[in-house]
Amino acid sequence: MPLMTTDYDTIAAISTAPGVGGISIVRISGSDAMKIAKKIYRGKDLDKVATDTINYGHIVDPANDDSRVDEVMVSVMRAPKTYTKEDIIEINCHGGIQVTNKVLQLVLRNGARMAEPGEFTKRAFLNGRIDLSQSEAVMDLIDAKTDEARKAALNQLDGNLSAAIRKMRQKIVDVLANVEVNIDYPEYDGAEVVTSKLMLDKAQEIKAEIEKLLATAQQGKVLRDGLNTAIVGRPNVGKSSLLNRLLHEEKAIVTDVPGTTRDVLDEYVNVAGVPLHLIDTAGIRETEDKVEKIGVDRSRAAIKKADLVLLVLNSSEPLTDEDRQLLDLTRDSKRVILLNKTDLPMKLDIEKIKAEYGNSDMIKTSAMAENGTKTLEDTISQMFFTKGIASTQNSVMVTNARHISLLQQALDSVQTVIDGIGAGLPVDIVQIDLQSAWDDLGAITGDSYDDELMDQLFDQFCIGK
Amino acid sequence: MTEKKEVLKTTDVTHTYNAGDYDVVVVGAGHAGSEAALAAARMGQKTLLLTISLEMVAFMPCNPSVGGPAKGTVVREIDALGGEMGKNIDKTYIQMRLLNTGKGPAVQALRAQADKHAYHQEMKNTIEKEDNLTLRQAIVDNLVVNDNRVEGVITNTGAIYHAKTVVLATGTSARGQIYIGELRYSSGPNNSLPSIKLSENLEKNGFNLERFKTGTPPRVNGNTIDHSGIEEQPGDEKPHHFSFMTPYSDYLPVSEQISCWLTYTNPTTHQIIRDNLDRSPLFNGVIDGIGPRYCPSIEDKVVRFADKDRHQVFLEPEGRGNDEWYVDGMSNSMPEELQQEMLHSIKGLENAKMMRPGYAIEYDIIPPQQMKPSMESKVIENLFTAGQTNGTSGYEEAAGQGLMAGINAARKVQGKDPIILKRSDAYIGVLIDDLVTKGTNEPYRLLTSRAEYRLLLRNDNADMRLTPIGHEIGLISDERYEAFLAKKKAVEDEINRLETIRIKPNDQINEFVQSHGDKPLKDGIIAAQFLRRPYVDYAKLLEYIPATDEPLDPRVVEQITIYIKYAGYIKKEEEKVNRMKKMESKKIPEKIDYDAIDGIATEGKEKLKQIQPTTIAQASRISGVNPSDIAILSVYIQQGKIAKTE
Repeated sequence: MPLMTTDYDTIAAISTAPGVGGISIVRISGSDAMKIAKKIYRGKDLDKVATDTINYGHIVDPANDDSRVDEVMVSVMRAPKTYTKEDIIEINCHGGIQVTNKVLQLVLRNGARMAEPGEFTKRAFLNGRIDLSQSEAVMDLIDAKTDEARKAALNQLDGNLSAAIRKMRQKIVDVLANVEVNIDYPEYDGAEVVTSKLMLDKAQEIKAEIEKLLATAQQGKVLRDGLNTAIVGRPNVGKSSLLNRLLHEEKAIVTDVPGTTRDVLDEYVNVAGVPLHLIDTAGIRETEDKVEKIGVDRSRAAIKKADLVLLVLNSSEPLTDEDRQLLDLTRDSKRVILLNKTDLPMKLDIEKIKAEYGNSDMIKTSAMAENGTKTLEDTISQMFFTKGIASTQNSVMVTNARHISLLQQALDSVQTVIDGIGAGLPVDIVQIDLQSAWDDLGAITGDSYDDELMDQLFDQFCIGK
Repeated sequence: MTEKKEVLKTTDVTHTYNAGDYDVVVVGAGHAGSEAALAAARMGQKTLLLTISLEMVAFMPCNPSVGGPAKGTVVREIDALGGEMGKNIDKTYIQMRLLNTGKGPAVQALRAQADKHAYHQEMKNTIEKEDNLTLRQAIVDNLVVNDNRVEGVITNTGAIYHAKTVVLATGTSARGQIYIGELRYSSGPNNSLPSIKLSENLEKNGFNLERFKTGTPPRVNGNTIDHSGIEEQPGDEKPHHFSFMTPYSDYLPVSEQISCWLTYTNPTTHQIIRDNLDRSPLFNGVIDGIGPRYCPSIEDKVVRFADKDRHQVFLEPEGRGNDEWYVDGMSNSMPEELQQEMLHSIKGLENAKMMRPGYAIEYDIIPPQQMKPSMESKVIENLFTAGQTNGTSGYEEAAGQGLMAGINAARKVQGKDPIILKRSDAYIGVLIDDLVTKGTNEPYRLLTSRAEYRLLLRNDNADMRLTPIGHEIGLISDERYEAFLAKKKAVEDEINRLETIRIKPNDQINEFVQSHGDKPLKDGIIAAQFLRRPYVDYAKLLEYIPATDEPLDPRVVEQITIYIKYAGYIKKEEEKVNRMKKMESKKIPEKIDYDAIDGIATEGKEKLKQIQPTTIAQASRISGVNPSDIAILSVYIQQGKIAKTE
């Protein structure tokens, strides 16, 4: 059975925008919100504090001797006077994205489910908190976000990760199908009998593999989130002002965080929910300032690293050789062409550029026109969520908290299998948990479908009389 | 020549007569139809049961056995709901075995070998004796349909039976076609008459039909089987029955049961098949119906699993005073002479005389997405469909559906809401929900892996789950219900007692736990906790605690033991059920217009329109409907509610 979400689970998510520094909030909503918070919060007794209060304390990892994860403020809002009309806990984290992710993982591990995009709002509506006039907006919200976010999560799945997960799933389903055959065709002699020992061996193998994956997921890669984005163009076409507009208007530069090896020449920005990692911003400033002949080499390096290229052209001048070179270099890149200075007379033949250098999104902009920036943001957001351009980095960004949490759940299930065998439970009982692990892993790769197990069973065994 | 042709042609109905008014008319008296008719009649409805042949009532044209994994649990569910199958097999079995005894409680399964003729006769006689129920031989050619509502049936003899509701359970008779090598003829199962015109009539009335295929192996004369060197498979010593009402004292001693025998195919058998695949209609392209993967023909096994040099063959008796034996594992469609040759290549069957060849049969089904969870048709009101007609396979699957169709056809007449079993209530609920929600692209068989809550849907607790429903709908007598309540109380009382008794450590108990590698007890231990240890059973526990005033029935002990030993897992599944329950209770209005809902993906819309789910939970189980579709759907439905209250 594939995973089933219901409207009655307790859900959680990071409710502040991704990639943003300062305080991040992990929001938990549902009947178990208080219970879950109490498991990981050390401070006042949350059951005794008044509703709508904010409380100082620490988040700890109960599975690791209550070791401190972050110093936090926890808001307690009791049903029904909350946004979702359910109990809500908000954990204000101070330790940066990496720590916030860790807090979210703890919340998920202790009984919450990762919220779908728009799900808090959906609950607000379903529970009568939002009135009818707003319901269309709720539906749009779900419509716009859920599938795209799922697709995005799938797209962002690293090739190696998904291969590793598929291998594990195959290993699990071999065992599951074998157990099922033993059950449904007890007299069939063509299948090995899955003993507790065999099940234990497999469970331990799988446990080790999941642990390995989780370890890589948590090696501080969170900060290197986002799409590698190169802004290229010849000097004085307006790269710098574009950069400044993206940075200043968003007011969302992620400051350097101690202890990481972030390239100081790079900057991070959050554009319409898409975290961008702007490559070589120092280089842009430098070259623009000095008005010297830059090497296309430098651009070439940036383009090579980039998941997304923003190519700036001056629309008030005909194409130069350098423009042509850059157009050619970015022919196969995910690219947006910005036609700058459109307040001046147009000197570029757009159709010709399209014909010669491949089609791309083209956006007209000028220092004076605000709408160009908005269009650019929309275009990037669309390319990311709908068209699914993916980060080449081993990214563990907010949508991927889902991956970590599913891996963690799978790990917990496999541990339960191991414990169950230790307690002398029969194979067909402990396999319930093995199947949950299989479902969780399938949810990461999007591979699970109805009757998957059944198909495996009939492919693998010659059963039936 | 032309004259001869005229004689062979089946005539159309030209003269009709009014043959009476009924509440419920059931078409087909196989395992589905028999249950449907008995249920409707016992619920007080004037019921008519029509069958093409009275010799085919509850007949087993294939495997002479009832039960097995998942299926055996269905038989107990039927029994708990007040159906007949469990009682009937308890009266007519010739061998009983509990399967999977070495495994956990969720998957133990009872299976009986049936005396197929006794089974048929016993069921026929039960039907004959039932008040309110008329059994008659007839071929139904047409439905009487007015305004998309069925009002009766017309037989080939021109009889018009008026009905408030009709249950169709026509099995493999529907345009049945038998294949044996190059031979092909129109036939129902076991050479009975096929039903031709009804299929045409259904198509005219707007149903889509599909072709499925299945098959049966040859039968041999038991006197010609050489038992030396093949393996005997006897029944169980320990008594078990399907019906909760059959007393232990009725159990047949093993000496009075008849054993099955196990032998194997070999490379010679496989070579005969490989050399002649062009003569197998299953393989030379003549049959294009879809066959079941879980019940493959021997041709299929040899081709798909070419590396296996042997396959199991079970020899099963078909009854007492009957020397016909069923050659389980050899289902095929090869020409007769090759079937004989194949059999002779098998150890123990070297000189076996084949009495009937196996055959493949192709037939019409009504794809079950055209049915509501109540088993009423979406195409025609008051018409219910059940059994192989809905694309399933197996006597138990048929009987379970027949029972529910009969119950709901009767309740429709009574103006009551249908009874719909949830996936967490019963395997029958899983079966029907799968059919209406997902449809099936091969003859559907229940497997334990189809149930997501199989630890709750056990063989031992079918009565606990379903007797209250059976009582409520009037198929379980007050007397039986009282007995059920007493059992339930005995289970609860003993569990409570075991949760409170503390065992004090002494030398005897410590010697026992140490012999199993555990540390000696220092403090006392609660009896229930002690029972949770894998090496402790209830009998052992009684050595350390006082016994109950009256010794407990073994079935009560079974329940207690399972409940205590697997409490953690049972609780986990119950929690899952509770969460789904809220989704199950969110109803989707029948008149919903999916086209009017923006935001549901096109594929999701198409599927929702086709399946017309009745609850949000059911909608979420449809493949191709995404979580975001479900989210939007629930918001859309909520809109309507808010709009109404405003």
